Amino acid sequence: MGKTIAEKILSEKSGTDAYAGQIVVANVDYVMVNDVTGPIAFREYEKLKTKDLKRDRLVLIPDHYVPNKDILSAEQAKEMREFASKHGIENYYEVGKGGVCHQIMIEEGFAAPGRLIVGADSHTCTYGGINAFSTGIGSTEACAAFTTGRLWFKVPETIKVELTGRFVNGACGKDLIIQIITDIGVDGANYRVFEFHGPGVANITVSDRLTVSNMAIEAGGKGGIFPCDSLTEEYIRGTAKGEWKAVEADRDAKYHSVLRYDLSKIVPMVAFPHLPENGRPVKDADVKIDQAYLGSCTNGRIEDMRIGAQVIKGRKVADGVRFLVVPATQKVFRQMIDEGIMQVFLDAGAFVSGPTCGACLGGYMGILAAGERAVSSTNRNFIGRMGDKNSEVYLAGPAVVAASAVAGKIVTPEQLEGQ
Amino acid sequence: MDKIQGKVWRFGDNVDTDQIIPAERLVSANLDHLDDFIFEKVRPGFAQQVKEGDIIVAGKNFGCGSSREHAPLSLIEAGFSCIVAESFARIFYRNSMNIGLLLVECKVDAAEGDIISVDPDKGEVKADGKTYGFPQYPAFISEMVRAGGLMNLVKEGRL
Ligand code: SF4
Repeated sequence: MGKTIAEKILSEKSGTDAYAGQIVVANVDYVMVNDVTGPIAFREYEKLKTKDLKRDRLVLIPDHYVPNKDILSAEQAKEMREFASKHGIENYYEVGKGGVCHQIMIEEGFAAPGRLIVGADSHTCTYGGINAFSTGIGSTEACAAFTTGRLWFKVPETIKVELTGRFVNGACGKDLIIQIITDIGVDGANYRVFEFHGPGVANITVSDRLTVSNMAIEAGGKGGIFPCDSLTEEYIRGTAKGEWKAVEADRDAKYHSVLRYDLSKIVPMVAFPHLPENGRPVKDADVKIDQAYLGSCTNGRIEDMRIGAQVIKGRKVADGVRFLVVPATQKVFRQMIDEGIMQVFLDAGAFVSGPTCGACLGGYMGILAAGERAVSSTNRNFIGRMGDKNSEVYLAGPAVVAASAVAGKIVTPEQLEGQ
Repeated sequence: MDKIQGKVWRFGDNVDTDQIIPAERLVSANLDHLDDFIFEKVRPGFAQQVKEGDIIVAGKNFGCGSSREHAPLSLIEAGFSCIVAESFARIFYRNSMNIGLLLVECKVDAAEGDIISVDPDKGEVKADGKTYGFPQYPAFISEMVRAGGLMNLVKEGRL
């Protein structure tokens, strides 16, 4: 019987003939932990008698509360730094050399087609955008994985997503995934993975694919896997570490269900509070905002910065609105300077910071007060996610975020033209 | 696994990990008293009311959101004997079973304050005079729970 991409990768990595529903123990290519999830894993490790450690496969990336937000987070970040030096972990990304964990995993070439990667962060599913099977796990099991090099997986069922057409109407990957989550609900893909197919795939940039895969978890998904094509190869050329092998699904693979989307029908979307499934077309929204946030592992890549800059160029951030621009990594930050994008944001009156998770998870640098509203290019709008429990987060793509910063309410760039 | 009996705390659908324990509490200095912060944003004072052995009964997709193990850890520390929900989010499910918080996937009609009983081996929940069945755990998972969690499998060289 034919196999899905997930079944193929898990079969190969476990050395078994794996199909959906089975539990397998598989070899993982990389294990990532961040400053929030790392300490629990380190403590578990220190409790072990055997000191096996798959050094080369462990990646440590502080990003949630660094640069240190306060004394407590400073101590936490120190715990990771000390673990890295005590155990000789080379893949440690200090402030100034790193950024948001998932974009680092991609830029530094840990993520690549055909790999099995786990990370103690739910958005580890992002690397499905470049044909990897990657998924979020907990801290204790991250420890199990970096000690043994193995972990247990339930082989997921797969939802096939057939894509045709190309984006028009100013829509992008963010709008597609908000539409999918709105259609199937925040648990619509629980225990399952999405696998993207069809002629539409070639019309989606890799950056946009990463956005789509990033939010698979917002439908409960274990992953969202795209095929590897020439765009993928171009995107990872020169960065992917070591060997990799593209994985394709068999024609006769068995799917849980099939979803179909014509990309030309997708319109700019905004997910209303307090769940990513509350998507509505932006043009039906009438929401004043206090803050706009462009950044995160969802939409903090250079491509997103270019889109935001293009919209805001020659315009000003509305009075009474804070526009926060947070590139995902140092590399994106530098590219913004090199390409003159920094200038554009600064001229518009935006606040631009170095890379951090920052306000995305309500950490710091942009917390919302009670009653405040933000439009954000991030991935979650749960109660209190970015601040007070009576604040609100509206999720949208980079163009809508930038346009909204100018308008002071949630709009598309097109609506801005008309003003 | 032992039979469990406890008092119900009732929750709805899509209880996310930010509600269980907010991101701002996730620093290592809090690791030995995570239970102080459970549900503090959405149900202030909750942590002080929970007693050893209590049970959460919830709707769909309990534990959705971040991968923070602090969520099941804080519920264990608070004393919950198990969580009964119509369904669980995937990572929360893994985390809980890996570290020994028993999850029961079952739609149960129970009100806050009710006393219910759970028999994990039989796959039965009794609430308000009614009996509900739930499916057996996969062999690997019961094995892991019996061993006392994932790290014990690692220590015994069984992963
Ligand atoms: S940017 Fe936001 S969603 Fe992404 S890893 Fe950081 S906190 Fe999580």
